[in-house]
Amino acid sequence: MTSSAMPGRPAKQSRFARKALPYLLSLPALLMCIGILIPFFTAVYYSLLRYRLNLPAMKGFIWFQNYINFFSDPKFWNTLKISLVYAGLTVVLELLLGLAIAMLLQKRTRLNNFISILLLLPLMTAPALAALMWKLMTNPNFGILSYLVSILGFPDMKWGSDPATALFTVTLVDVWVYTPFMMILLLAGLRSLPPAPFEAAALDGVPRSFVFFRITLPMLMPYILTATLFRLLDSIQQFDIIYAMTQGGPGDKLLVFQVQAYLDFFQATNVGRSAALMIILWAITYALSNVFIKQWLKLREKAHGVG
Amino acid sequence: MDHTSTLEKVIRGILLALVVIFFMFPIFWIFLMSFQTNESILRIPPSLAFTPTLENYIALVTGQMKTAAGSLQLNFMQNLWNSVLLSSASVIISLILGVPAAYAFARFKFRLGEDIAFTLLSFRFAPPLLVLLPLSLYFKTLGLTNTYIGLIWVYQLICLPLILWIVRGYFEDLSPDIEHAHRIAGYSWFQTFRKIAVPLALPGIAAAGLLAFIFAWNNFVFALVLASADKQPVTVGALAFVTASGIQYGQIAAAIIFSIIPTFVLAMFAQRYLVEGLSLGAVKG
Repeated sequence: MTSSAMPGRPAKQSRFARKALPYLLSLPALLMCIGILIPFFTAVYYSLLRYRLNLPAMKGFIWFQNYINFFSDPKFWNTLKISLVYAGLTVVLELLLGLAIAMLLQKRTRLNNFISILLLLPLMTAPALAALMWKLMTNPNFGILSYLVSILGFPDMKWGSDPATALFTVTLVDVWVYTPFMMILLLAGLRSLPPAPFEAAALDGVPRSFVFFRITLPMLMPYILTATLFRLLDSIQQFDIIYAMTQGGPGDKLLVFQVQAYLDFFQATNVGRSAALMIILWAITYALSNVFIKQWLKLREKAHGVG
Repeated sequence: MDHTSTLEKVIRGILLALVVIFFMFPIFWIFLMSFQTNESILRIPPSLAFTPTLENYIALVTGQMKTAAGSLQLNFMQNLWNSVLLSSASVIISLILGVPAAYAFARFKFRLGEDIAFTLLSFRFAPPLLVLLPLSLYFKTLGLTNTYIGLIWVYQLICLPLILWIVRGYFEDLSPDIEHAHRIAGYSWFQTFRKIAVPLALPGIAAAGLLAFIFAWNNFVFALVLASADKQPVTVGALAFVTASGIQYGQIAAAIIFSIIPTFVLAMFAQRYLVEGLSLGAVKG
């Protein structure tokens, strides 16, 4: 009441404050993260250096030589290939499985809700620990899974330590951890679809495959896209599962970007190469994340705009 | 929709059972393993019949591990404490920094506002080793290697974007009218924020905090690069434990169970918010 008695002063006083307020509020969070931008630019700089920790005398600026070297480096192409295969394989499997499970759980029954909560548990398990759990289960001496597949006629399955099955094994762990993520997102999507088109289709006796491909799938597409892009962003950077399971081995079988960069840095102490690798991965994720954020904003508007 | 045949019901039932088995079995099996002696774990064929023992858990809690070669010191409780400390401190700091910023992004249209918000979000998607590797060299010079402060600071990379974006969504969903009314009644901006905005967004803030805690707890690579044994959380500690203990499988299983129970309990509390949080608020749970 008192403030309305003298309208001029408070407004004048607060003009600066009002303009500065949002900056003041977001500044601490930003400052906290500015510290992270410094090592980012350092990484860019390192990627332009010949820089090996074990040969400090050779350190020098070599422009884009690290990147140019990649073109003729089969190790790099292997890294790129494995990363793409790993990301593609896990995301496709998780999408198909997640969608199937979401459709099984679509009806809001008490059992379905209970199962969907249970399925959150793998997602809540630290990926590194999940890899450890599967390592115990696939141990050639006592692992329950090794025993089960030996009954099925594969007596000497070596899982993560055999080049032929290593990719399969880490993919299995990834699918175990992250399929629930796809599932809960797609389940939320499925349950939010308007019932009218489905009721009309049921009334007209439209075949179910037609309903699925022509109604469910197109209406669910924004959710599928968001979930897939999100998973792709994480999966191409996978480190925890692969490192905890096989450390990138056997041989060069699972040397994805982050594992390779880690080994380049700490084992080969080739800082320049490791930084250049990370910059390339960053460029890939940056492009992907821009697409994701656009998609995400669209979906968010849709989910929140109605209410 | 309700004219599902019996056959279809049976098939659905079987499929659901397979799904539950696939996703629950590893947890169930490791849980059983944690109550077995090594002899019972190494039996072939594996069997469900065993006399449960608490010795694995006792060994972890007391820090004394009995092996064939004698007694071995282990420090898993320290790892557990590190996880609690790192995750809680990171989340608290992230909330203190993130909630006001989230409010600013939700309520004010200001120059660079959206750019700042996106920069902060982009940290969520950048490869962690990109900054961690140069950071490990800086940390050495600054003396931050293997300190809680250094780790908690980098953990902001996990917690802050998450809290910022989920809480921002909550503030945006609240109508600003009540806050305007409060301001007109003569309260300061800060009083309005503290007495009206924050309490109303509290469910969202709590959910974001819980989720950030889970992500921080589950993180592996930050501490792998920046911490040594005495500051490592359970994720890194459990892996080191495998190398150190070699064949003490029951204790490895017990260590895994110890490490995953906190996130499981939190997830059960927060399950209503998990969907929304995991998708950065893009999907309503």
